[in-house]
Amino acid sequence: MSEKTTPDPLATGNNSAPEPAPTQVPGGTTSEAVASDVALDTAGGQMPPSAVPAATQLRGRDHRDGDGSVLHQIFTGNAMVSFLSVLLAIVLGGILMAVTNPKVAVTAGYFFAQPGDLLTEVIRPYTALVQGSIFNWAGADLAAQLYPITETLTVATPLICAGLGVALAFRAGLFNIGAQGQIIFGALFGAYVGFAWHLPIGLHLLVVILAGLVGGAVWGGVVGLLKARTGAHEVIVTIMLNYIANFLLLFLLTTPAFQRKGSTNPISPFLDSTALFPELLGPQFRLHAGFLVAIAATAFVWWLLNRSTVGFEFRAVGANPNAARTAGINVARSTILVMAIAGALAGLAGVAQVSGTEKYLSGGVAASIGFDAITVALLGRSTPWGTFFAGLLFGAFRAGGVAMQAQTQTPIDIVLVIQSLIVLFIAAPPLVRAIFGLNPRKKKTTTSGTAGSHTGGVKSGAAA
Amino acid sequence: MSATTQSPASKQPGTGKTTGANRAAGRAATTELVSWKAGVGLGLLAILGTVLFGFLANTKSAGFRIAEARDPNASSTAAWVTLVVALAAAGYLGYRWISQRREGGGVDRWIPATTIAAVVVLGLAALGVAQVEKITVPSMVFGWICALLLLGLAGYAILLTLQRRRTPGWLGGLFAVVFLVGFMIWIVAGGRDPEPSISLGGLMAGAVTLAVPLVFGSLSGVLCERAGVVNIAIEGQLLLGAFSAAVVATVTGNVYVGLISAAVAGALVSLVLAVVSIKYLVNQIIVGVVLNVLISGLTSFLFSTLLTADPENLNKPGRLQAVDIPFLADIPIIGPILFRQSLVGYLMYVAVIVVYVGLFHTKWGLRVRAVGEHPQAADTVGINVNRTRFINVLMGGAIAGIGGSFFTLVSVDAFSKDMSGGRGYIALAAMIFGRWNPIGAFLAALLFGFADNLQSIITIIGSPVPSQFMAMLPYALTVIAVAGLVGRSRPPAADGIPYVKG
Repeated sequence: MSEKTTPDPLATGNNSAPEPAPTQVPGGTTSEAVASDVALDTAGGQMPPSAVPAATQLRGRDHRDGDGSVLHQIFTGNAMVSFLSVLLAIVLGGILMAVTNPKVAVTAGYFFAQPGDLLTEVIRPYTALVQGSIFNWAGADLAAQLYPITETLTVATPLICAGLGVALAFRAGLFNIGAQGQIIFGALFGAYVGFAWHLPIGLHLLVVILAGLVGGAVWGGVVGLLKARTGAHEVIVTIMLNYIANFLLLFLLTTPAFQRKGSTNPISPFLDSTALFPELLGPQFRLHAGFLVAIAATAFVWWLLNRSTVGFEFRAVGANPNAARTAGINVARSTILVMAIAGALAGLAGVAQVSGTEKYLSGGVAASIGFDAITVALLGRSTPWGTFFAGLLFGAFRAGGVAMQAQTQTPIDIVLVIQSLIVLFIAAPPLVRAIFGLNPRKKKTTTSGTAGSHTGGVKSGAAA
Repeated sequence: MSATTQSPASKQPGTGKTTGANRAAGRAATTELVSWKAGVGLGLLAILGTVLFGFLANTKSAGFRIAEARDPNASSTAAWVTLVVALAAAGYLGYRWISQRREGGGVDRWIPATTIAAVVVLGLAALGVAQVEKITVPSMVFGWICALLLLGLAGYAILLTLQRRRTPGWLGGLFAVVFLVGFMIWIVAGGRDPEPSISLGGLMAGAVTLAVPLVFGSLSGVLCERAGVVNIAIEGQLLLGAFSAAVVATVTGNVYVGLISAAVAGALVSLVLAVVSIKYLVNQIIVGVVLNVLISGLTSFLFSTLLTADPENLNKPGRLQAVDIPFLADIPIIGPILFRQSLVGYLMYVAVIVVYVGLFHTKWGLRVRAVGEHPQAADTVGINVNRTRFINVLMGGAIAGIGGSFFTLVSVDAFSKDMSGGRGYIALAAMIFGRWNPIGAFLAALLFGFADNLQSIITIIGSPVPSQFMAMLPYALTVIAVAGLVGRSRPPAADGIPYVKG
């Protein structure tokens, strides 16, 4: 683009597609900056964009314009957007709860006389949420006060493991909706080994974990195999395998091999005590050693993605499979392997359920963890530690939501709304900035912005 | 994908190229052309069929009841008229098929399928004319016949593969039909009754009814994806459509207003999808998944807080009654299946035809497909890519919303939590199964509806297969289909890629 100021429309999106470097676009609007990012992200319109929002994944390429002051950086940076996203989602959730709460209507009637009543009514569910997830200041003793935070960590454990599985697949360019089925398979294998085999203490738990990993890996690997060999779309295959795994679980729980002796309910026997994760803080808390395993899994995924050859291949395949193939990477092998590892991680979540929280296998063992894991991975921007903290946050929402429902009769479904709003906002930073009026370029674009981009293009063209 | 157009084309490059100097290259080409997938797949299925229908066959007989007519006289007249019309149509189509083949040119793509459809209608009309009430078949004998036919077909496919010739399309189709017949006989004969039987008319009619939301959902997917926007949010569109239909129909006391509000609600979900993915360029799959969670949470929350508190005034929408189309509804078997539907059911037929004709036979459709295949080129000739996508996504949402109203206005007359039950995802599968084509998506959705209804009927009459496996059937079928049959089909080239002008 040396002399042409208008981009060539026939440049059908190879790498020569016009990507105005940020320094060359002094007056560019935010959407232009995002557009240039997306052009890079999608290889100029040849691939779907990655799961990580385009505008935030390139740390080195910040969209600094003329007045790139420190303050401006802080207010438009990632952390600020994430914080504002959470805030916005909580405010919207609060509005939703307020609108549907009959007491709010009553207190609104005398709002100007006693504004405190209305605010109390609006804030009450959130107070219960915090009390149920972090610290219960109304608790009688220290144990009761600390119970919520341990509950959060317990609930977060399978979310983190399964979220890691989804995030890992994302990084390799695969959309793994199948965490649900992989959790079920992990739980199925782990639970069977847990109650049917009787092994010495220590070894038993190890074998259970191993079985869970294998179970998840098999169910995830099938997806990779089908994708690599037949080109079947992984989204469809994983959705279907979720259903199949669920029905298979329900069937197996009616067979003598899995059903508890003397029970008519479709539930398995309790796992041997040797097969359970040890309780970390004593029997009055549910927190178990599975949480430590989740931390280890996070560290492992970080190592795998950032420090190992295999992980580099995964990321290369995710960034651009054609380029990866040209570079000599076996894309089919990577696809199968990454799905197997992702499945194994989800299988670990299944083990955390049967061997830590539930202690037996039932039809609802996976609950909705597999689907929550997708939002966890998205919120964590598909990075291992991001997923870890996103898992903690959603664990807190889930644990607090139960307490909130018990205390204030607010349905726990509100948690789903808040979670999905957070992910939606975080995925679209320009939207959040627009809502809070943080797009500093807006002011300029009305007058000099549009002209600036044109003249800027000319100038840069002339300079080059 | 007709047999006749495919076989000459596949023979020539297959056998012709292997001679001469570049034999090695030719062999490589043929091995690539002729895959073992069909032979091995059919072989395995044939063995499965033989074990099930032959060795594990039941000594009982299987009965298939033909739905009784409401008015025998009208029914008889309608049957005769249908018979004559179908005979004429089948004769004409068959004549065109043969004459086109004799001329040596390719046969029009639509002729084989239409001819088969006409023959099927002819057969059903003949059953109606003869006033057959029930067909009873000895399952053992027919099971073995089907098993042998399956083995023969699979053997032929393997033989063709050995000769490096491609397995023709009709072979797969015939195999599927024989397998289905054998399976039906086997499963019905396994029922608890001494003389188990099922109603064929009821099975078909139920299949069409269950397919209605799937068809709407998959049409929404087709409209969006043909314009290059992946629509995972079908589930959310169905659910919000169902919710808003229930609430608005109750509040206004008018089901038709509810129907319209369902379309608006579906379009609303689409609006979010369009704004976030087209304007803010977020990965469309992510937006879709998140929207599904959001709508599920939102409707469940509102249901738990508002609707359960006051169901009389908020969640009692009333129903759209089934309307008979005069004369057509009297045709035996076919009439009740196709022409005794609710308004939503008829809208489904209209939507399929409109979307098909619109996409493939109008200027607008050409533009939409251009935007989905090659947005840069479309932009060059002056089509506004993002506006086209925006409009298509909104239309898709409206269609899916109408499909959602089926749940609360036709099927059940109240909203309940997550009542779409994952059908949006099945609709997505139907769309892919149907190769991003409205007609294909319609047929695939019918297949899913059939499997779904078969499963519930089989659960009632009892079966040798655990009900969980029957419930698994549609999903397993999809995996097999996506991996085996549809692997060659291809989404629109720019599907899922946001368009950045410049």
